[in-house]
Amino acid sequence: MKLSDKTLQYVDRLIPRYPLKRSAMLMILHAIQEDQGYISKEAIEWTAQKLEVTPIQVYEVVTFYPMFRQAPIGRRHVKVCRTLSCALRGAYKVCDSLQENLACELGHTSADGNFTVEFVECVAACGSAPVVMVDDKLHENITPEKAPDFAAKLKAETNATQPPSRY
Amino acid sequence: MAIVERRIIYRNIDQPWYTTDIACYQRYGGYEVLRKSFQRKPEELVQEVKDSGLKGRGGAGFPTGMKWSFLDYKSGKPIYLICNADESEPGTYKDRQIIYKDPHQLIEGVVLSAYAIKAKLAFIYIRGEMFGGARILEQAIEEARAQHFVGDNILGSGYSVDIIVHRGAGCYICGEETGLIESLEGKRAYPRIKPPYFPAVLGLYNCPTIVNNVETLCQVKHILDMGGKEFAKIGVPGDSGTHIWGISGHVVRPGYYEIESGKGTVRDLIYEFGGGPPPGRSFKAIIPGGVSMKILRVGEKFKVKLPDGSPGEWGVLDIPLDSGSFAQCGTSLGTSGMIMMDDTTDMVEALANLNAFYAHESCGQCTPCREGSLWLKKITTRVCNGGGRMEDIDLVKNIADQIAGRTICAHGEAAAWPCQSNVPKFRDEWEEKIRAQMQAREHADGQPAARKGIRLV
Repeated sequence: MKLSDKTLQYVDRLIPRYPLKRSAMLMILHAIQEDQGYISKEAIEWTAQKLEVTPIQVYEVVTFYPMFRQAPIGRRHVKVCRTLSCALRGAYKVCDSLQENLACELGHTSADGNFTVEFVECVAACGSAPVVMVDDKLHENITPEKAPDFAAKLKAETNATQPPSRY
Repeated sequence: MAIVERRIIYRNIDQPWYTTDIACYQRYGGYEVLRKSFQRKPEELVQEVKDSGLKGRGGAGFPTGMKWSFLDYKSGKPIYLICNADESEPGTYKDRQIIYKDPHQLIEGVVLSAYAIKAKLAFIYIRGEMFGGARILEQAIEEARAQHFVGDNILGSGYSVDIIVHRGAGCYICGEETGLIESLEGKRAYPRIKPPYFPAVLGLYNCPTIVNNVETLCQVKHILDMGGKEFAKIGVPGDSGTHIWGISGHVVRPGYYEIESGKGTVRDLIYEFGGGPPPGRSFKAIIPGGVSMKILRVGEKFKVKLPDGSPGEWGVLDIPLDSGSFAQCGTSLGTSGMIMMDDTTDMVEALANLNAFYAHESCGQCTPCREGSLWLKKITTRVCNGGGRMEDIDLVKNIADQIAGRTICAHGEAAAWPCQSNVPKFRDEWEEKIRAQMQAREHADGQPAARKGIRLV
């Protein structure tokens, strides 16, 4: 694992801000995941050393929180909210449509490695349901009717950019 | 009755001229309350909050001033303030608007509250999915620090407090205050047992800690602006201030509306602001405040005590928009995130959707909740998939009854209440659905016919 200088500097600035080192756990794991795409066994050991805890104490956190993943995913992470307000407005149909149009099965990564489509629980944007998060951005009012166009735009946008070198 | 918004917290939100930078906030009176209040003693500020009668806006509705008064100062340990910005209760999206559109209002509220309770350090625990929100808050804190509203020796008062923006990572249970504290300590978010772990005595690092919701801390700013007694005049006795109602689901105009507590009814809110049900449909059910609160079936009647003390009767749409009124109807306004369901909604699927949520979000610490929520999910999903049995109806209710009250934290109640209210109130629908499935199976050699799952539409 080779973390970027930016991430290393960030981590070193972050830890002393907390009264106890261990409190920086989630923030460090977020930073590693952003840098590496996922949290490897090596990353867990590195974090444990940084925070002066045992690797199992990091591992149990990584496995508890749904946002952390231990394997790489597609270049774009498509997260469809499935909880009540979104479901009432067609979230399941939106998900069907995204799976079909992005050629990606739910919970898997597309064959070209571009997309991972997942269901997530409520993301606190119920007034503009259904909502879809792509990476760190929220997209609102993605109705079943709008989903095919949304998928097409997402595909064009993804194809236009080079895959980041880490993959 | 005509209903009008009274925007106090949301005064500037969504106004075309309003931006998130500190200059804009100050142009509209930002940080003036901070300047004014830092001339006063912290104890006076706490008294103002007590006088205001403010109830917390995170769902439980605990009086904020009373919570603050539980702080254990005698221990001599440092005091911590945590702003709970882990907005995860389905149906709720009021704090998101503040974080994304008026971050300085929150920061002013946090610094004022930290000063009032003499906190050494403040945290904003924001949910991990709000990537942008965390960046906006970080930037706002730096802007505020540059002008000495945050950090060392704030406005020359000798009081210092830093604010750390801490991101969660997708766990509903981190909204529970002791789960949040564990999470902030870098552990799994397993809620702590009370007693002894009342945060005001044994909170973060076993030090006295106050955890308040985003909206609550913003309300504090307005309390200190107008004075606690003046604030208490807003709304109705026992529930002062405004509520930010977020309406979603089957309604023409979903959105958020800030309304003085008790001024207006559910009907006013969902018809005048929400525009009523989609064309050609009618409302069937309403969940008043985040999905954990007990569901109301349109058409049911409640025997209540009217404000003048005389007995009366309300339908669901007649309920006034304040916490006491919802309590009289056997439910709660919770986080005031209202979800509407129209006559096309399959109530069994609606419950199955929620059961899947609670099964996913149970932290796994207490057996009744861990096992119970999973069984509730399995049973209701099976009914949605055509495999329903008549005894499932009582079974669901029975399991829920055995979760509520038997867990460390309120997630047990949150998982049980939707079942405990949905099943008896919509028993006719359950029976009809299951009877049809049993007949279909007879014709198909015992194989379930429908496999619709919990799609709702």
